Amino acid sequence: MSQVMVDVHGVHKSFGPLEVLRGVDLRVRAGEVTVILGPSGSGKSTLLRTINHLEKVNRGWISIDGELIGYRRAGGKLHELKEKDVLKQRTHIGFVFQNFNLFPHLTVLENLIEAPVSALRRPRKEAEETARRLLDRVGLTDKADAYPRQLSGGQQQRVAIARALALEPKVLLFDEPTSALDPELVGEVLDVIKDLAGTGTTMIVVTHEIGFAREVADTVVFMDGGVVVEQGPPAAVLDDPHHERTRAFLSKVL
Amino acid sequence: MASTTDAAPPGAASLGTRPEAPPAPDDPASLKVVPARHYARWAAALAVIVLVAQFVHGLANNPVWEWGVFRDYVLSETIVQAVWVTLQLTAYATVLGFLLGTVLAFMRLSRSPVLQTVAWTYIWIFRSIPMIVQLVFWFNLSALYERLGFGIPFGPVFWSVDSNSVIGTMGAAIIGLTLHQAAYAAEIVRGGVISVDHGQLEAAAALGIPRLRQIRRIVLPQAMRAILPTAGNEIIGLLKGTSVVYVMSIGELFYQVQVIYGRTGRVIPLLLVATAWYVVLTSLLSVAQYYVERRYARGANRTPPPTPFQRARRFVRTLRAAAAQRNQPVVPLKTTGPLGDSR
Repeated sequence: MSQVMVDVHGVHKSFGPLEVLRGVDLRVRAGEVTVILGPSGSGKSTLLRTINHLEKVNRGWISIDGELIGYRRAGGKLHELKEKDVLKQRTHIGFVFQNFNLFPHLTVLENLIEAPVSALRRPRKEAEETARRLLDRVGLTDKADAYPRQLSGGQQQRVAIARALALEPKVLLFDEPTSALDPELVGEVLDVIKDLAGTGTTMIVVTHEIGFAREVADTVVFMDGGVVVEQGPPAAVLDDPHHERTRAFLSKVL
Repeated sequence: MASTTDAAPPGAASLGTRPEAPPAPDDPASLKVVPARHYARWAAALAVIVLVAQFVHGLANNPVWEWGVFRDYVLSETIVQAVWVTLQLTAYATVLGFLLGTVLAFMRLSRSPVLQTVAWTYIWIFRSIPMIVQLVFWFNLSALYERLGFGIPFGPVFWSVDSNSVIGTMGAAIIGLTLHQAAYAAEIVRGGVISVDHGQLEAAAALGIPRLRQIRRIVLPQAMRAILPTAGNEIIGLLKGTSVVYVMSIGELFYQVQVIYGRTGRVIPLLLVATAWYVVLTSLLSVAQYYVERRYARGANRTPPPTPFQRARRFVRTLRAAAAQRNQPVVPLKTTGPLGDSR
């Protein structure tokens, strides 16, 4: 539990005149679960999206398992990677969206094997076996041939998690995975994520579920105004926050 | 009604004996329902039926239609061959037009301003020229470019041929129709692509799916839902539009029909021949469109609606079942409409 898996260093990101990230530093060790909390507009989602290069950073850098994301270092310069190489890097980074973004015209099984077959060139049969095992793990063994719209929101999100896992990523990023769900469906998705945390998967979770953060996180990061305000073990950040902004936020959501 | 809820064998209960207490007189549920009477609607329906009957009667009895001549020509070899030419023109222009159109659509959607501008200009020009003008242009291609060849742009030419020898009239017609069609197809495809939720592309990108595969496997199948209805319109329009290539003296349906009535003077029945064929062909295209659309609707509905064919079969099945029931003594009545339980 010592190796740094995700290293975010001085990341700045603006959308036009709007500066969303103003120098974020973050380190996530292998096998750890980091939960990012913060008010909306604090830059949590943008940070997550820069980690798998869905958003390009304006300044700073990000590395995963020692490999720079989106750039190649050569001769004292950073060379921007071509899309093809960025896509290859992304196969190491699982991403779970707030709105699931399952492919509605493909069955659950086809959703799961699409990337392993096309991006990793796995044989179809092998990919299907892995997919079925993953569906088993998220409790959807019998839904392999269903289409996403035939599933509930909670089931869709569990499929989306299985789809991300099918690439055997080094790190899993969750962007508010339960925010689009009806309250009674939140639990089943959180249970799957907790289960993953137990198996030592490196994860960064952006969420509003404080209870989940307390129970599962190794590190809680509080962001506001595009910077990390404070971070530490859940007990420290959630129960004894140092900063006024953290206290104010927690008093509103708890 | 305790007597019927017992596990009585079918047929044991007798109809008609319903020992219920007489309902209270002021209970609306017990009163007879008189349906509303739509006199104006009935009068309008009657008037329309009379008009339609008059028209059909005219079709059958007006000697000018000359149905005998129609029968002689509609399946004649010349006409069938002409229909084949029409179909070929439509097929080539559809396939090539939509291929080129798809390329143009993605050029317009690309991040390169050069590709965007070229595609935009193409669409602008080819949508601005009437098809008939364009066709005549291509017909006179050899006047424009006497020889066609390969070589270094603006430099020496290594190999060339006489343009008339490679591009005959049929070729010129196909090129004209294709280039015209591509401009429209480009906009149809582009409309379909931008209708696909952006999250789909993000998900595909986040999974590291290669770019071309993203388009082919994720974007286009979903775009098809928006593309197909308009594309169906376009293809049907194109099928009928092929009739303008008569200006190039190509033996397609309309040209051939004109040749025959020019010779025999039987204008009306031969126009009927052409009409009948165009109607049959567009109907076939509409049926094909229905099934293609259905295929691309996979996953869009929780339970896809049955096809007309499936519905007809189900209807026949329920009719048969009803008939079989009628032959049996008495069965506890369970009322569902003929399609009531179809899901």
